[in-house]
Amino acid sequence: MTTIIAGPQTAVPTTPASTLDLAGVSRWYGNVVAVNDVTMRLGPGVTGLLGPNGAGKTTLLHMMAGFLAPSRGAVTLDGEPTWRNPGVYRRLGLVSEREAVHTFLTAYEFVLASAKLHRLPDPEAAARRAIALVEMEDAQDRRIGTYSKGMRQRTRVAAALVHDPQVLLLDEPFNGMDPRQRLHMMALLHSLGDAGRTILFSSHILEEVEQVSGTVQVMVAGRLAASGDYRTIRRLMTNRPHVFAVRSTDDRALAVALIAEESVTGVELGRDGLTVRAGDYGAFTRALPKIALARGIRVRALTPEDESLESVFSYLVGA
Amino acid sequence: MSTVTWITARGLFGRRRFLLLLPLPALLLVLAVTSRSLGVDPSQWGPPVLVGLGLAVVLPVVALIVGTGVLGAEIDDGTVVHILTKPLPRWQIVLPKLAVAAGVTAATVAVPLYVAGVLAHSVRLGLALAAASALGALAYSALFLALSLVTRRPVLLGLVYVLIWEGLLGRFVDGTKVLSIQQWVIALADRMAPTDLLSTTVSVPVAAVLTALVSVGFTVLAVDRLRSFSVAGETS
Repeated sequence: MTTIIAGPQTAVPTTPASTLDLAGVSRWYGNVVAVNDVTMRLGPGVTGLLGPNGAGKTTLLHMMAGFLAPSRGAVTLDGEPTWRNPGVYRRLGLVSEREAVHTFLTAYEFVLASAKLHRLPDPEAAARRAIALVEMEDAQDRRIGTYSKGMRQRTRVAAALVHDPQVLLLDEPFNGMDPRQRLHMMALLHSLGDAGRTILFSSHILEEVEQVSGTVQVMVAGRLAASGDYRTIRRLMTNRPHVFAVRSTDDRALAVALIAEESVTGVELGRDGLTVRAGDYGAFTRALPKIALARGIRVRALTPEDESLESVFSYLVGA
Repeated sequence: MSTVTWITARGLFGRRRFLLLLPLPALLLVLAVTSRSLGVDPSQWGPPVLVGLGLAVVLPVVALIVGTGVLGAEIDDGTVVHILTKPLPRWQIVLPKLAVAAGVTAATVAVPLYVAGVLAHSVRLGLALAAASALGALAYSALFLALSLVTRRPVLLGLVYVLIWEGLLGRFVDGTKVLSIQQWVIALADRMAPTDLLSTTVSVPVAAVLTALVSVGFTVLAVDRLRSFSVAGETS
């Protein structure tokens, strides 16, 4: 069965687009540096903030949203500092990672309260529009305490969108969403970006970023490690050498055969088997069984050694 | 009613913690009614029930539960971010919350104190206790609301103030009474309805000025701290 998900309709903004600027921003806690000298400019469109857990994405987002003072540097929205300046929330919306909602309210009450706190001229209409945007109409009169994680997340997105902000910051927005909700959220972010809003969302999953945004900011260990078009970064990632641990019935014979294989860039014979470096992941994993079969060698174990996200990111830092 | 007031009240009455408010005022009522119906001399039961229980325990403890709850509970569970991501000057968040805290505390404490005061002496004493405890509720609420913004353990610090400073030191070291909200409430109530049941060494002008100073000072502190409210990252 194919489910077709229509992109939510958003109006073209009448106000000029907003720019979020970070100039040499650092943040430390005692001796621990969480964010280290980050400079970036975010304009209209969707930008993904990618990085492993603990890279400083949340700290950076909190500084952008005015919930943390930079230890050094400046975060400004259209030239105004975001710290100690509640006025910026007229143009800025935040969906934090922490699943914090007033569970005793219904989604409609919750979003309506947001609209009223923003002093919108027609809070009821704004609340209904925002709830429709995240497709929560059916459950809007139930208490939030009864919702699934994905529904709570969508409710929070609706509350953050109720005043139609120029800038929307989302911390790990796809966490806890099922695939359909994910697709819908991606379509929503796309349409907001296409309509000229500045959207930044963080994620530690490359595929999420790839599907939503054209530009990516990669953070590793508090630093901005890479910045630019996701395709370029993706290519860097797929072309990087992969390391495999291989154990077989005859490691030495297998090593000799493998070194002749084009996709293999290096083989190391150790006590516990072979360490193989391959330039092309797919070509190597297809070639290995054929080579082993032709030589009458049985492969006992094949383990990719550097598939952790951290190793992918640290490769990017070096690239 | 402002939206902040509405959310605060819903949050306060929607939590089980609210039920903690009921036993103490009920105990105060039961003791007063029992003493009166058994014909005990008011000079015997008046001071321990009105001051020892009412002003020294019920008022500060109720104020502590409510005052640290109106903002502290939202800080604990992170929902405060929803109110803070709005273009509201921070005083428009602090003042409604203070109003809810002081109002709920005053309503919860003033009624049993009024009844106990009437039973112990006169309607005038009842009214004086109710009015003075309402002023005390405001001062305590401002203090505890500010505490929930300057420390992560507002309830503990509040208890230390109530039990150690006001309760223990206030009894043995006379000088500490000058900085005791409880003593200010006694001084103000005694001024409004002079009886033999209430006594303190703190003068009425000092009590009035300090009650106002604490209420305003801690509210200003709370507004300033809320302007610099920081959300720590998950990994920090």
